[in-house]
Formats: sequence, structure tokens, C-alpha cells
Amino acid sequence: MNKVNLKIDGINIVADSNKTILDAALENDIYIPNLCHHPDLEPVGVCRMCMVEIEGRLGQTISCKTSVEEGMIVKTESEDINLIRQTTLELLHANHTQDCTNCNQNNQCELQKVTAFVGIDEERFSLLRKNRSHIEVDTSNPFFNLDHNKCILCGICVRTCDEVQGVNAIDYGNRGFQTIISTFANKPLLESVCESCGECVVRCPVGALYIKNQQIPSYEVKTVCSYCGVGCNIYLGVRGNRVVSARGDRDNEVNEGRLCVKGRFGFEFINHPERLKTPLIKKKEKFVEASWDEALDLVASKFLKSKKEKFAALSSARITNEENYIVQKFTRAVMGTNNIDHCARLCHAPTVAGLAQTLGSGAMTNSIDEFKYAKTIFSIGSNTTAAHPIIGLNIKEAKRRGAKIIVANPKEIDLCRFADIYIQQRPGTDVALLMGMIRVIIDEKLVDKKFLKERCENYDEFVKSLGEFTLKQVEQTTGVDKNLIAEAARIYAKNTPSSIVYAMGITQHTHGTDNVLAISNLALLTGNIGKPSAGVNPLRGQNNVQGACDLGALPNVYSGYQKVTDPAIQKKFEKAWGVSLDNKIGLTHTEIFNAIDSDIVKSLYQVGENPVLSEADANHVKKSLEKLDFFVVQDIFLTETAQYADVVLPAASFAEKDGTFTNTERRVQRVRKVIEPIGDSKPDWWITCEIAKRMDEKGFDYNDVTDIVDEINALTPIYGGITYDRIKDKGLQWPCPNKDHAGTKYLHSKQFARANGKGKLVPLTYKPSVELPNKDYPLLLTTDRSLYHYHTSTMTRRVKGLRVLNKEELFKIHPKDAKLYGLKDGEMVKVSSRRGEVKVKVSITDICSKGVVSMTFHFHETPTNELTNCAIDPIAKIPETKVCAVKVEKL
Amino acid sequence: MDISQIINNANAEWDDLIKSKIPTILVGNATCGRSAGSQEIIDTFKEETKKQGLECNVLETGCIGMCYLEPIVCIHKQGHPLTFYSNIGKQDAIDLVNSYLINDKNLDKKTIGVIDNGIKSDLPDLYNTPVMKPQVRLVLQNCGIIDPTNLNHYLANRGYTGVQKILDYSPEQIIEEVKESGLRGRGGAGFPTWRKWMFCKEAKADKKYLICNADEGDPGAFMNRSLLEGDPHSLLEGMIIAAYAIGADTGYIYCRAEYPLALVRLRLAIKQATEKNLLGDNILSSKFSFHIKIKEGAGAFVCGEETALIASIEGERGMPRTRPPFPAVSGLWKKPTIINNVDTLASIARIFQNDAKWFSQYGTEKSKGTKTFALVGKVKNTGLIEVPLGISLKEIIFDIGGGVPNGKKFKAVQTGGPSGGCVPEELLDIPVDYESLAQAGTIMGSGGLVVMDEDTCMVDIARYFLDFAQKESCGKCAPCRLGTKQMLDILEDITSGKGKIEDIDLLERLGNGIKKGSLCGLGQTAPNPVLTTIRYFRNEYEDHILHKKCTSLVCKDLIYYDIIPEKCTGCHICFKSCPVNAISGNSKDIHEIDQDLCIKCGMCLDKCPVKFNAIEVYPGSKIMEEQDNE
Repeated sequence: MNKVNLKIDGINIVADSNKTILDAALENDIYIPNLCHHPDLEPVGVCRMCMVEIEGRLGQTISCKTSVEEGMIVKTESEDINLIRQTTLELLHANHTQDCTNCNQNNQCELQKVTAFVGIDEERFSLLRKNRSHIEVDTSNPFFNLDHNKCILCGICVRTCDEVQGVNAIDYGNRGFQTIISTFANKPLLESVCESCGECVVRCPVGALYIKNQQIPSYEVKTVCSYCGVGCNIYLGVRGNRVVSARGDRDNEVNEGRLCVKGRFGFEFINHPERLKTPLIKKKEKFVEASWDEALDLVASKFLKSKKEKFAALSSARITNEENYIVQKFTRAVMGTNNIDHCARLCHAPTVAGLAQTLGSGAMTNSIDEFKYAKTIFSIGSNTTAAHPIIGLNIKEAKRRGAKIIVANPKEIDLCRFADIYIQQRPGTDVALLMGMIRVIIDEKLVDKKFLKERCENYDEFVKSLGEFTLKQVEQTTGVDKNLIAEAARIYAKNTPSSIVYAMGITQHTHGTDNVLAISNLALLTGNIGKPSAGVNPLRGQNNVQGACDLGALPNVYSGYQKVTDPAIQKKFEKAWGVSLDNKIGLTHTEIFNAIDSDIVKSLYQVGENPVLSEADANHVKKSLEKLDFFVVQDIFLTETAQYADVVLPAASFAEKDGTFTNTERRVQRVRKVIEPIGDSKPDWWITCEIAKRMDEKGFDYNDVTDIVDEINALTPIYGGITYDRIKDKGLQWPCPNKDHAGTKYLHSKQFARANGKGKLVPLTYKPSVELPNKDYPLLLTTDRSLYHYHTSTMTRRVKGLRVLNKEELFKIHPKDAKLYGLKDGEMVKVSSRRGEVKVKVSITDICSKGVVSMTFHFHETPTNELTNCAIDPIAKIPETKVCAVKVEKL
Repeated sequence: MDISQIINNANAEWDDLIKSKIPTILVGNATCGRSAGSQEIIDTFKEETKKQGLECNVLETGCIGMCYLEPIVCIHKQGHPLTFYSNIGKQDAIDLVNSYLINDKNLDKKTIGVIDNGIKSDLPDLYNTPVMKPQVRLVLQNCGIIDPTNLNHYLANRGYTGVQKILDYSPEQIIEEVKESGLRGRGGAGFPTWRKWMFCKEAKADKKYLICNADEGDPGAFMNRSLLEGDPHSLLEGMIIAAYAIGADTGYIYCRAEYPLALVRLRLAIKQATEKNLLGDNILSSKFSFHIKIKEGAGAFVCGEETALIASIEGERGMPRTRPPFPAVSGLWKKPTIINNVDTLASIARIFQNDAKWFSQYGTEKSKGTKTFALVGKVKNTGLIEVPLGISLKEIIFDIGGGVPNGKKFKAVQTGGPSGGCVPEELLDIPVDYESLAQAGTIMGSGGLVVMDEDTCMVDIARYFLDFAQKESCGKCAPCRLGTKQMLDILEDITSGKGKIEDIDLLERLGNGIKKGSLCGLGQTAPNPVLTTIRYFRNEYEDHILHKKCTSLVCKDLIYYDIIPEKCTGCHICFKSCPVNAISGNSKDIHEIDQDLCIKCGMCLDKCPVKFNAIEVYPGSKIMEEQDNE
């Protein structure tokens, strides 16, 4: 970057040639007043405050949009400049609420700052007419208000909603003196397309946009959001023992200060009155409060009698890495079995099974910020803007930089607004779609030959399987125009670097592993992997599902994906833990419930999960739980699943303990204790260790979480160099084998993690979903997500504002189908499958094709998973949540 | 058919129209004519000639600029000069057919003048009449003369010879010619046209645009409208030449939707030109292709500002953007774009139909050529004029305009539209050119000239134009959005008797701050009416504030109506006419107006019989008047 020399008010300044005069001044601590300037946004020169005079140029110029030039001589003060600033400022104040003490923005207000600098002539100000009539404050949004009377129309909110969010919910409306910041048709914010992310609120320089009932915290603690797998860095603010605020960490490269509505406003659940405060023991069908001693002793005594194949543990993708390590150590070292699994089985098990096979590692290959620089992004089976909002923002930024976006989804999701190509395939036909694309790439000679030769193997075998995937056949199977498929393939192959982004739409099928293998094939053939912004990116849903897998809460591996069947590994852990260990692969999540059914597993230890609502074929789950001899649930709220427990142990939330989460880009980040545990709740690791101790076990005597970290480092090569000292504020991305390693931004750069270092191409055939619509159950149900709720809504429905933004389940059905079944928009209907039935409200919409219906699983009143099918993928053992057959009847 | 054949045919047709035995009647049917009833006149001519069994062409033509004389008719009759008639009503039309066309007896009383086409006459030369004599109609040469819907008429009058010529030039040569002509942007800013084109031509891009700004938002301005309605091909020809010079292949005409006739004419003209290969792909078999699209405005004055216009074409809210970057470098969809006014482009057509010297012989050293103006307000001969730059305001108002009607005294003339300044009597000798007007505190603008007399209140005028500016302000920047409202509120206080003496200095300071601080031309010029009226008519402000009097008898709160007791006969007519029962008095008694109830509607003054003349309106208030008299 070239540097230029210029003078500002006689001071010699050196600045990069691409800077504006305002940037250069502010960088050098020279203040030029400004109101519409924001470092995140393109400058617009609207506020007229930053005027300067440049020698050789007539009049005054705005400094925020004028580039520096060699030899420029700039003056920031003059009579005319002051006339402009004073006039503008006096006019703003004549039309602005003059009540600073009662304003949320007091002491943090840019208008106050500019006024202090420029000054107001009181006498002249008193002559100005103050005829602005009061405009009603828009209080419709549950989290923040818009007060037009304080708005200075700097446009920062409008530009944020455009340039940062890509939502465009607000813009200038009316004109002249009546100009206001308005939504479409000037409706209240709640009735607009606003997503309540709050990005406009945090950037508003005055008190026009402000958080409702805002409290300034006494202190803040930096931690990681506990909702989704993006793992945004946040500062939680505290007053007393309550969390009262959340703001994004701008210095952090994961989210750069941006947050979604849940991250920014969804912390209310932490101090919710329904938090579990004491252990509960079920006596005579009712829960009775008990002491820790009583509860833990009971659990220990029961577990002693129920070891090995009689026991199973379901760890949690919401608890920390250290806690997951402890749960799997407990299961293996104390209970003598590998029957440990967690909800990854229901989401990315095919990713692990598939990519481990072909690439040697099942993790997201690239980093979250790399999406911004991809030339093509192919989002398939992912409702990215709803489930991973910040990744959605990075994809939108890529689009702004000129990237091509391809979206493949049976539902016309919000990301489609940015798509250059939208493919609406039938649910469950992804192998055909992907192999069809591969067919085009091979036929049109778009394969990366060099990459194929140097870094891949098994091409010949693979190519043989392409025979059934003619474009004509693929068109028939998927229902997608073959020209569209071909176009998408060409763009993906040629317009590189290309990144694939995928989630449950790919994995939650009986052929989920095949779907993942198809994606892997596509990336390998085009060389779109192992490079910056090019790769295969499964988006981890939960805040720590990556960590739960990494730390061994899986039936076939210890921490670090070290196989239980490998004798050397077995020996290593036996030595470290001082016990003998089982070398048989344990039961998976779905298999556990089957084993409970068959009376093999008699007791279940379940941490932080709600399978009664989240597992496919939920009625089956409920029946199984009733069969257990002893069921322990460890959670922060009394969930629908906890109702079936014999003992409920109150756990501390993420805000009440120290530890680490690993986000979807393999980044291990510090979770910090913000407040004391609510009531008598305890960190999960303490609880598990106590149970172990009361079972007379050694090896669970940790004073501190860091003791657990030491043990993890010693036993887990990919986490070898990840200590709290090194993580600090930025986190570290594994693989990070030792204390000198800086972490890994993107995987497979030189070779793949398989034994021979090559990526494997896998031949595939198309296998249809197991339960397709027929005469009796003529509609295909596929599940989806809302931006406002998380999973079974244990946390989000305990946030009042999120309940307002999304208050009930909706059965989304195509207008033609609605007509066929005589359904009216908004009426309650019964939807049933072979396994169960629910009552739900109709929403007529054409976002899915005719014949496809969709519901979320966020509302316990409509337990969608009582309908879904538990048929599993033979390799990954994941249920086919995304496809089942239903029928709808009027009530 | 190639172009020379087309032109030959056109010439033949035009020749025939002038010389044929069959007479041709051209009726002024532009918006001014239509509002005077020309449509009916056309029908009358058609019916009457049919009735009389006379073969006759009845065509429509545009506005010849003497709008106060509409409906205007001109007739080509073999053996006679081209004769122009004014204020033609239905009977006059019938008379023209019978008396003149059939019986060869001209209606001299209705004749304005003639254009001698080789045939001498005793009737006055049209171009020597007092209204026309000071004018030099270059851009408007075809308006009111040709049928704007007939391409052949245009071709026969040097139409598209400019395009033919430049296809053999290089862009540099064209720009050099424009430089020599001295043409400056006619939209108001007066920037040298050649230089703007040069910036754009030199910008490197894969696509460039040429836009014609036909938004003409100034209320009372109709220069562009008349040209579009009367001679749309002139604009197209100018656009083609401009596009060729800068390297654009796509053009837009941004025309306000309130000009439906102009839009109809433009669409037809584009179609006609395209059919004859004068527009579109490979113009006249050259390598140059240029397509024109029309984009209609939607009722926003601010969209006449070039960057707001661009935003509007892009489908965004019409708000101006800061410059730099200038549109010549980064404009429509960030591509190099030239935006020129209708007048500028029509001037370009004329320059290349003749040459640069021919154009630069008119005007002053720095302001060359001619300019169209809409002369309106308190002047006898209202209409559309075209004069060489440098002519004095006095000449325009008193020679062309015929001075102020009804024996009233001239007070001021506002130049340049609602953002222009008001020039008082003492400055009437200044030449109308860019620099002189700026020195006087006003602007050339797009060419509006509003004449005001002693019955105009200058404070009220300032208020009126500020109200306009405030309503049209886009709202983006605070100085304009809030400043125009602030100034308006102060002026409303002053005109309703609530002003303070400090308000005058306050208005000046605000005005200067808003001029310097606003983002675009709307805000930068909105204070002009206020600042110039304070500069030249400060006494009126002081009268309003200190004495609470409106001496021009306009501001309702600062005048009062009174019955003169000596003249009142108690006829009771005013009593019956007052809508608020403010007048008291029995029949035959002297009546009185209750000042507290009076709403200053003026009904009583209107109704009081002329022979009594017992009601008067005075500045100030009756109470103050009585106090003063004590």
C-alpha cells in the first residue's frame, strides 16, 4: 500500500493512499466532528459536519469521502466551516428532544460529542422556531424501540441493514421535514421484515434506536454465545447476580462484533425463575427437592448396580469440552462401557462417517471468515441465514464482492434472495443432484486434472458409478431442470475458489453418509478443497457439538477421534486412567433407545439434551424412557425429557462456569464464568466427578477446570497445544498438536488426513428415502428452522421477546394442496404419520413445492418429531428426520 | 431506402406543403394551445373545410412561444406568405376558411404577422414584431412551424444533417467543435459542455451512458416541454451526437410524468428515427449504435438533480449523492455518464446542423449562443422566448414582454426558478449571462423569468418559494431538510405579524449556512429567494416586522379592510356577501366591518358597487392606524 504525505492543520501526516482525510485525521487523533461516519459502513457525507478546506479547491469539502493525496494541505477550521457546522447543529437541536439525562444514550451520544466540540450560541438558538410535533415512538419490537423524535437521520441504521445485514427492512420514507426512517408502507417494525438482530441499534449514534429496559452493567465478562455453532464472541454484562446485557466483541474475527437476535437479546433464560435450583428426586410420581448428598448418593448407588452393557450415557453438545471429556471418561473408566453418544448422532454423524473416510477428517475444512472471499458458495441442505446467521452474513458479503451463490433446498429459504441459481430439489434426492453435477463436470472436461492426479485416488472405480446419473435421469429424480443443474455445476467448477456449505438437509437421511460422500466427490474432482475459501463445510449446529465429538463423547472413539478398537490407544488410556477399558464399539444414540426397549440398557445418564422433542419417532423414545430402571437427567431447566427422570440434577449454565467450546470452524474458545451458579446448581463436570467419587473412583479429583485441560492436552494430539494461556481472547483452531503450533485455518492444504495422504473418491448409487408419500399418507414432511428459536426452545422460549417474534408452530403447506384438502389459512388441523399425530395451525405458502409440507420442532405443543421416521443410515446410524409421509385432516 | 433518398422525399413533401395549391393549416396544439382550446379549433377547421368541399391539410404544430396569443394558427396558401393568426376561436376558424381560403380575403385584424417565403406582403413581418424582433430562435426554430409528428418536416429543415456530418468525425473533433461554439450547460450550472464530455470520453469503462434531463421541475418553466412537444427530433439528434462523442451506446430520456404529451411525442419520434436507421443499431450503416430508452419521473423536483436522477433510474429512492465522484466518471450504475439538459442537446443539434461559428456569433464572450426562457408573471406578453445571451433584463421584460400590464409598476423579476434570486428595478440593465446574474445574487437556472409588480409582496414570495423547496427537499441532509423548514417557519411568522427584528439577520445567517452546508443544488439554492429579497427589499421585511404592515396588500394578517363612511350608502350588499357576518349595519345606515371577525377574503370589496367604491384595503391594522392617528 502506497503512503502519502499531507498536512492537516499544519501537522504532517502520513497515511495509506486509499484512506480518506477523515480516516487519516482520526487515525492520528485529530478530531473532525462527524455524525454519519461509521468504520463498518461506506461513507455517505450526509451529516455535513466533517467539512474541511483544501488548499487549491474552492469552498468546503466533506472529509469523509475525499481521498488523501500527496502534498494535500487541509484546514479543519475556518469561518465558513464553523458557519456550516453551527448552522447544521443548531437546526438538529431545534428538532431534537432536549432531555439528555433521561436518554439511554446519555454520555455515549455522538450528538453530545459534536455539540461539545462545535458549541451552540444560546441566544441565537432561542430565536429558532421549534415546531416539530411529537411522533409516536415505535415500541412494537419486543427488544428495542425507535424514537423518531431523537433521530438525526444520519442513515447509519439504513446502511447497516443494507451493508451489514442485507435485509433492507428500513429506509428513508416521506420527504422534506416529514422524512423519517421508515419500514415498507411505514408499518411498525414488528410488521416489517426486520430480523431483530439489533445491529442498527448498536450503531445508532444517538438515542433514537435503543434497547428496551436497558441496564448499564456493573462489569462485563467476555465469553462465547451458547446457541449455535458459529460461536460468536460476546461480552455479557452483569448487575448483582443477573446477566443484563450482551454485546458482540468487535475485535474478534469469528463474528467481528455482529450478533443475531438470539445472541444479542436471548440471554434472559439465564436468570429465568424456572431454572433448576436444587436436585430433584422422583418419589411417588412427583418430584421432591433433595440435597446434593441425597441425590448424588442415590445416583452413585444405582449406577454401581448397573454397569457395562446395562448402562448408557448421552452427553451434551451444549456443555464444555472439559465436561464432555469427563462424561466419556466416566462412562468408560467407571461404568466400563463405550455406550456413550450424544446428539451429533442426530445431526452430523454422516459427516464424520463420510468425510473421515474420504478426507480423513470430518470437520469443516475452512474458517468462517473465508466465506467472504470465496468466488462461489454452494449452500445445500442448509437454511444458513436462519440457523447460522453470521455465516449467512459472510455469504452475503461474498455476494457483494461479486461471488456467485448457488442454493439447493426444497424450501425457498431467505438466502435465495441472494442466489444466482436456486435449485429446488425434491427432499432426499441430493445424491442424484450432486452426481448429476459431477457428470456435467466430467463430460465438459471441467475436472481439475492436476489436483486429481496429485491428491486423489480411486477415480476409475468412482467414474463407473456415474452411469446411472444421466442428466435426463437426474432431472426426473430431482424434479430440477437439467440446464439449471448444468449451469450450477459449471459455475462451481470454474468460478473458483468455491466453498460448499451444508447441514441437516444433507445429513438427516437414511443415505446421509452417501450425501456427504457425494459432496466430497464434487469438491475433490474440482480441486475445491485444501485452499483458502475452497472446501467442504458442514455447519455444526450446536454451540459445542464439534467439541463433544472432538472430546470423545462417541461410542467408537476416545477424545481426539482415537479408536477404542485400536490396541495401542486402548493401552494409552488404560495407563493414563489406571483402569482396564472395553475395546468393543458401544451403542449409538438410536441404538441406545432400541437397547432400552429390549431391556438391555437399564439405566441412562443424560446430560443437556431433550430427545423427547428432538429425536425422530419421539413416541418410541417416550416409551423407552418409561422402561428404564433408573434415569438421571442433568440440565438447566426441567425439560419435557426430564419429566421422565428418576433424579434431576441442576446444572450451571454456560454463564456460570469456566471451560471451552469448540465452534464449527474447529476454534476452541474460552467460556468464562460471568455470574455465580443460580440457586444450588453446579457445573456439569463437578456433578459427574462427584458421582464418580461417590462410586469410590480415583482419577476424578480435579481442583479446577484447568486440571482437566492438562489431562486433555496430554492425551489428545489434535488438542495438544490448546491451553488456556494460548487460547486467550482469540481461540485456537485445531489441529494444534503442540504448544508452538499456531492452529490451523484451513485443512488439507498439503495432504489429506488419511494414511496415504490422498483424498478418496467413492462410487455411489441413488437410494430413495425410506418412507415416501403414498395414497394414505400423501404429503412429504420435511423439518425446518426458525431464526428466533433454538431447537426444542428450552432456552429461547424462556425469552419473552423471542416468544413474541415467533409464537407458535405453523404447518406450511402449498396453496394447491391447501385447496385440495379444503384448508384455510390459520385454521387448526390434525397432521399424522404412521407413528403419531399433532394438532397444528395452517400457514398457506408456496415456499415448498406442491406435495411437500414443513414444520419446525421448536414448540412442545406440536411435537413434530412424533411424526418423523427413525429409519437409520446404515453407516452413520442417523435417523431420516428430513423425510417422512404424513396426511392432514380438518378437525 | 438510403438516407439521401429519404431526405429528397422529405424535401419534396415540405416543398409541396409550402407551394401546393392545396392549402395547409397548422394549429398550435401543444399544451399551451390545448389549454386555450386548440383541439376544438382543429375539429372546426376539419368540419368546415369538409362542409365547404375544400381540400385542405389540417395539421398540428408546436408552441411558437407567444403563449398569450393561443390558439395560434398559421396557414400556407399558394400565392401568399405564411400567415400567423392569434386568439382563434371557433367562429374565427370558420371565418378563416370562408373569408381567406375560399374568398381570398385575409383576416388582417387576427393576423400577428407573416413569414415571407418569397412572396411580398403588406402585413408585418412576424420576426420583426416587437415580441419576436429581439429574439434569435435557433433551438426553437421549428417549434410552431413544423408538424412534430412528421419526421419529413424535420428532415426538410436540416434535420439529422448534424448526425450525418459527425459520423465522419472523430469524437475529439466533435468535442473541439463544441468547445469552439462556447456552449455551456443549459440546465442551470453553465458548465462548459465540451469539458464535461471530455471527462467522460476519457474515462475508461466497458459501458457509458448518455442521459437527457427532461425533468424540468421548476414551476412555471416550460422551455423543455415546448421543445419536446414541438420538435422532439432535435433532442434525439443532439443525443446521438453527444453519445457518439463520449462513446455511449445507451441513452435515457428522464422525462417528468406530468408531461404526457411530451412523452407521446418522444415515443413516436424514437420509433420514427429507428425505422429510418437514424437511431438504433448501426446508425446510417456506420459502426455506431445508440439506443434510447424513456424513463418517466414520478413527481419529485429533486430528481432533476443529476445524481438523484441517476438514483431514480437505478430504481432507488431519488436522493442526491455526494460528488465526487462526478457522473462523468462514475454515474449510472457506476459507469461514466453524461447528463445534459434538453436545451443543451437541442443546441448541439443546431450547432452541428450549421457550425460552431454560427452559434458563437451570438451571446457574450463567456456566455455564447442563445438561451430559451419562460417569461411569465406580471408581464403583457407571456410565453416562451429565445434570446442571445447578454441581452439585458430590461429588454426582455419591456421590449419582448411588453412591460407590466394594468398600469402597474414593475417591482422585481425572479430568474432561474424557485431557487433563483429576485432582481430589483435598479439592476434591470444587467446582461443575462451566467456571471452577471451570479454577481447579482441570482442564477440563470433553467430559464424561468417571473415578473413581479407593486402588488407582489416580496416577503410572501420568499415564503412561497421556500414552501416549495421544503416540500421538495428529499430529506437526506439536515441543512436543507431542517433549514428550509426553519426559514419557512420564520417567514410564516413574519407574514403573520409574529416576526422579530432579529429574524432578518437570523434568516441571512441561516441562509448562508444552508447554502454552504447542503449536499445538493436544491438546498444550496433554496435560500436564494430569501437572501435576495432581504438584500434588495429589506424595507418590506422591516415593515412586516416593526410596523406589522404588508404594503403590497398581500399578507392577510397584515392588512385590513375598511368601509369609508363618507362613501357608504348603506346599500347592504357587502353585508349580504360577507361569509362570516363580520359586517354590521342596517339598510341605509353606514356599515362597519368588525376587524376581529374579518377574514380578509375581499368579498366585500369585490361586491361593493363601483359607483360607490366605499370599501378599501389598507396595510396594517385598523387599531394601529387609529393609534398612529392619535
